[in-house]
Amino acid sequence: MSSGTAMRQADFAAALLDPALACPRGLQSCNGSDPTPRFAVHRNNVVGSLVEALADTFPVVQELVGVEFFRAMAAVFVRHSPPRSSILAHYGQEFPQFIAGFEPADPVPYLADMAALELARVRAYHAADAAALAPQSLSLALSDASRIGELRLVCHPSVSIVSSRHAVVSLWVAHQSPDEMAAIDIDQAEQAIVLRAGLDVLVLRLPPGGAEFAQGLIRGESLADAAGGAAMAVRSFDLSAVLALLMGRGALTSIHLPGGGQT
Amino acid sequence: MYAAIAAPDLQGHAAPNPARAGPFRGLPARGGVGLKPRHFQQVLDARPDVGFFEVHAENFMVDGGPFHHYLGRIREHYPLSLHGVGLSIGAEGPLDETHLDRLSRLVERYEPASFSEHLAWSTHDGIFLNDLLPVPYDQPTLTRVCEHVDRIQSRLKCRMLLENPSTYVEFSASTMSETQFLREVIDRTGCGLLLDVNNAHISCVNHGRNAAAFIDGLPLTAVGEIHLAGFARDQDAAGAPLLVDHHGSPVDDVVWKLYERVSARIGPTATLIEWDNDVPPLETLLAQASLAQDLMGERIDPRQSEVRRDGLS
Repeated sequence: MSSGTAMRQADFAAALLDPALACPRGLQSCNGSDPTPRFAVHRNNVVGSLVEALADTFPVVQELVGVEFFRAMAAVFVRHSPPRSSILAHYGQEFPQFIAGFEPADPVPYLADMAALELARVRAYHAADAAALAPQSLSLALSDASRIGELRLVCHPSVSIVSSRHAVVSLWVAHQSPDEMAAIDIDQAEQAIVLRAGLDVLVLRLPPGGAEFAQGLIRGESLADAAGGAAMAVRSFDLSAVLALLMGRGALTSIHLPGGGQT
Repeated sequence: MYAAIAAPDLQGHAAPNPARAGPFRGLPARGGVGLKPRHFQQVLDARPDVGFFEVHAENFMVDGGPFHHYLGRIREHYPLSLHGVGLSIGAEGPLDETHLDRLSRLVERYEPASFSEHLAWSTHDGIFLNDLLPVPYDQPTLTRVCEHVDRIQSRLKCRMLLENPSTYVEFSASTMSETQFLREVIDRTGCGLLLDVNNAHISCVNHGRNAAAFIDGLPLTAVGEIHLAGFARDQDAAGAPLLVDHHGSPVDDVVWKLYERVSARIGPTATLIEWDNDVPPLETLLAQASLAQDLMGERIDPRQSEVRRDGLS
């Protein structure tokens, strides 16, 4: 008996996601009519609600390609990568990667990076709460010049870095107030740090090397290693400017001193 | 102060009623609305006169940020109903214990007055389908659903409410009616009933039954909350009306009439206006909740207004 039930739910689930499959066996209508249109209510609910969830997470991606294109693309994604969790705030992690490989979107080469930026915003919105580092803590830690390089700076749990060969940060900003659409050179590479300060999610352009530096910190590198990596990648990297930005916007939560101390 | 949840008929059944020792006090017998993120700030600023707020548990299973910030503050002023949409009680597989742990943490954190879930499944083989999918009403399903409800109640140390579904198809495997099935689950597990009057109307139209008779066949003494919502109209392969639960419009007159009828039978009961798609201004939701409160009949016990005054102080 139970294996019969198991078959039904497996069939049911498969047919929900694959419109080419027939309506599962074992269904009936009170009036004897073909249950397919009735089953279609569930097909529409599943795909429609998940497409809606993606539209909520990726509003600018939808604006860039239009609702019709977005819905069609999102429906392909939903059928290909349905959620593995009932917490839909986490759904769509693979959407940027999917877009990058989605041929019909090729004419919009910055679309996947815009999706990455929007995903980072949702991640930041729901990330764990943590108090930002007090400015004097950093000054104190930096006062011992001999050991500066060994310091480890910990980023706020909401922090993500977005790097693009396109001006997706400027484009995203422009989409927040379409009336003030400035001229954007879309081929200008841009990097942003996305984080939450209090209740607000911030999208901040990073100066050259800032992305490499912050990524080093997120990987757990020491200040010297993260700064060295950034300077290697970008010769004009300005450590104090980037540190001021990270501190000023609350992107750091603690400093670990050599030997395991913490402030 | 709070409407007691009527104890179900447990005669002849050995299952304990975990509610007796549980933390859930039950919701006030008033109108309530779903709490939507776009209304967070307005609710805190205006503190509208409404009986309770309901949230989908899964929306708050995130680490931090504005959702927890606002829910914590709003909870200080209103009773909360925690409504799950992801436990997949009707699934063939075991309950997701990790999910149950997350739910338990939410219960500890927000001390809701009620927890409810659906007679439905939504997860299969690790894939979450984000829909409330129907189950056949047969013995193996009954056994499984009861095991799942027992597990949830013992994990949360409280009595939960189980919601009757809106369905579009029936199973040839079913050996009992939906009312019989729900009655059995409630008898065996001691859980309560979340009576969704809109779902009852939808299912009865879709399966050619009489909704009033269907509702009368439910164990109404176990009702701990009522849900009301809007539906959309479609048709099946034979051109017969097919109603679709879409939570995107006002409550229909037919549903209001059924609601009035059941309220007259069971007395004032916590009643939620569900409106999850094309969410209107808060005032529209509150007006529907207020209408529900008017139709409950019987004046609200004056002691209940103390809840609100406490909240407003």
